[in-house]
Amino acid sequence: MADKVKMVKIVVLGEGFDVPEDLTIINALEYAGFQLTHGVGCREGFCGACGTIYREKGDYKLQAGLACQTVVSDGMYLAQIPFVPAEKPVYDITKLKPDITAIKDNYPIVFRCVACNTCSKVCPQDLEVMDYVQALIRGDIERAADLSFDCIRCGLCALRCPAEIVQYNSAMLARRLCGRYLLPESKDLTNRVKEIAEEQYDKELDELVNMNLKKLKERYYSREIKLFDI
Amino acid sequence: MYPESMQESIKKVKKTRSERLKLVKSGKEIYPMMTEKEREVVLNKFHPDYQPDARRKIRIGPNKGEKLTTEVADLLETYSRIDPKDFDLTKPDYETDVLVIGAGSAGFAAALLAEENGVDVLLVTKLRIGDSNSMMAQGGIQAAVRPDDSPVLHYLDAIGGGHFENKPELVRALTAEAPDGINWLKDHGVMFDRNPDGTMITKSGGGTSRLRMHSARDYTGAAICATLRDEVLNRPDHIKILEHQPVVELIKDNTGKVSGAVLYHLENREYFTIKAKATIITTGGFGRLHIRNYETTNHYGATADGLVISYRVGAKLMYMDSVQYHPTGAIYPQQIIGFLCTEKLRALGAQPLNKNAEPFVNPLEPRDVESSAFIRECLERKNGIKTPSGHIGVWLDTPLIDQINGKGAIQASVPAMVRQFARFDVDMIAEPILVYPTLHYQNGGVEINAQCETNIPGLFVAGEASGGLHGRNRLMGNSQLDLIIFGRRAGKFAADYAKGAKIGKLTLDHIYEYEKDVKELGIDRLKISPMVLPDYIPDAVKAKQLTTKYHGTLR
Repeated sequence: MADKVKMVKIVVLGEGFDVPEDLTIINALEYAGFQLTHGVGCREGFCGACGTIYREKGDYKLQAGLACQTVVSDGMYLAQIPFVPAEKPVYDITKLKPDITAIKDNYPIVFRCVACNTCSKVCPQDLEVMDYVQALIRGDIERAADLSFDCIRCGLCALRCPAEIVQYNSAMLARRLCGRYLLPESKDLTNRVKEIAEEQYDKELDELVNMNLKKLKERYYSREIKLFDI
Repeated sequence: MYPESMQESIKKVKKTRSERLKLVKSGKEIYPMMTEKEREVVLNKFHPDYQPDARRKIRIGPNKGEKLTTEVADLLETYSRIDPKDFDLTKPDYETDVLVIGAGSAGFAAALLAEENGVDVLLVTKLRIGDSNSMMAQGGIQAAVRPDDSPVLHYLDAIGGGHFENKPELVRALTAEAPDGINWLKDHGVMFDRNPDGTMITKSGGGTSRLRMHSARDYTGAAICATLRDEVLNRPDHIKILEHQPVVELIKDNTGKVSGAVLYHLENREYFTIKAKATIITTGGFGRLHIRNYETTNHYGATADGLVISYRVGAKLMYMDSVQYHPTGAIYPQQIIGFLCTEKLRALGAQPLNKNAEPFVNPLEPRDVESSAFIRECLERKNGIKTPSGHIGVWLDTPLIDQINGKGAIQASVPAMVRQFARFDVDMIAEPILVYPTLHYQNGGVEINAQCETNIPGLFVAGEASGGLHGRNRLMGNSQLDLIIFGRRAGKFAADYAKGAKIGKLTLDHIYEYEKDVKELGIDRLKISPMVLPDYIPDAVKAKQLTTKYHGTLR
């Protein structure tokens, strides 16, 4: 039997609900009888679907967090955000240059940054959002990509930004530019793709596909295992 | 911080840690590996799949008479959400060349390739686009890229790992196209981990004979899925998107081809019809069925909808009798129950311990054996640790990792997990974590060939929803690869098919035929599927929702 859990009162749409004190906002809403069809996703902090705004009892401040990663408290006033209707320009990644021109053409809005740091303060992943926006303004794509790497695209930065910047979308562009153009080429990868295109492995693969079970098992169990860099 | 009730056991773990460390440093095994016989015993007695009621014969449909996972059979032997007579199929609400159902990485890859092959795509999903299991994958994606590796070795590893039950043509496609898949993702801008000289950083995974696991920090799945989503959004002229609209049935034409689908709008509750020349299902797996009441690592939407609608049009399933349980799911704190704690922890030296701080199993037995040993320790031997919410688990002594590998090793190797536990006041660097097996992956699915075709014309399937590629046991890193390779294939072959397809008169009559069989079994009329979303509303609340009617799990 479970130990008795203390109950707290949360406020949803102006109405109070008693819920166990150890629930996350998502679980508390369900406990209170709400069937969630938006503002909910992976429930493990990876997808960013449940970014939410709330206020704690006796505090004027609007807090932000992921509803699946934030535990309720007594008197917590909750809102549900279905999604952030942020702008995403359409671009052809193969035609962009990995420098400031790509940012100017697609996200000119980042140049409005007033360096207030609200975005960094609101980020549930504790990223230095303002720093990557500043990197974008300087055209430092690699730095922006690196700083924004753990972004889960919940959009809370954009919701609170007084300059209306869509930080998380502009960072997505930076990472794509970096991944496509700026990381050093893997020669092994280029070679292997070429070898495969030249059908170098086809014969041996076809043999395996048609091999009888006994022989295939022999091949499998006698294969050499090399798990260290030489 | 652990509550008072768990402190006594933690003290014991701390007390014996130095002794166990000594044992590790002396090179001795902390606990002997089981013999083949011992493994058989623990699997038969404790693995969830081996329990007498874990599987049952399905009584209707294309797999009639075959044993399936019980919850899957229950889900399939149900009525439809809709009555075909309510629909005027002569006036579909949408028309498209290729319909893609499900917006994770497989769906995105399919949509992109279909578009590139010159057809119009309609991409529909029941939540936001990108909300999927794809987004949650941490570990990596396999591809034989290193000079000491080859697609041939990758083939051997995959088919041996699947106990030689995998469909060879699928494994061939997977392994031969893997490097090109990685290259394609790189060209779309996925930032794979690389050394300064450009070589890919590769790691080992369970069952790989070479270093073959590519990653993007701890966020591999998210990096891939978000990049592909961004690209899909860049092609609005030919890829249209509908969100928050699950598909609840497939539509056929009078020649038996799948020719579209019925949508249900989750917000305004309207139903819509789609006419499509080809249909691709990329709806993922079934974690949220909570098979045998297990917690799951899966996304909110993982309710096997694609399986249900495919089965109703006559598509054959394969290996739907096997479930992958991951041994180390979090079981405390309450807020993160079921979350994955990667196998890497045990590889780095974290030891599973019971409430008396005693080792009871080798940390690196195969996944199914390790899970079974955890279950035995908790249920039969009553040596588990109870949490305040009534769950039971075993310790995984994570602080040992730093003691074995040097200070800072935990933070450096699993930063996302440290962040996860820290959010709920558990410091896994200083204290052990509590774990229990968790439902992780659907090994089987709708049977496909290498063109992602099913036995029903017009119906293509890719990703976790498909069956055959992994046999009854998938290796780490081959699921992310599956999404890309077979997502692309589905997109291409469906586009080719759509170009030559002629759709006849649309019909939903197959639902009447299917329901006739359901009715003959005497199934309760309120049993409805697909599930669409799981139901977590407490019974006491439901009892007071006096005028609310639930259709399956949806109001």
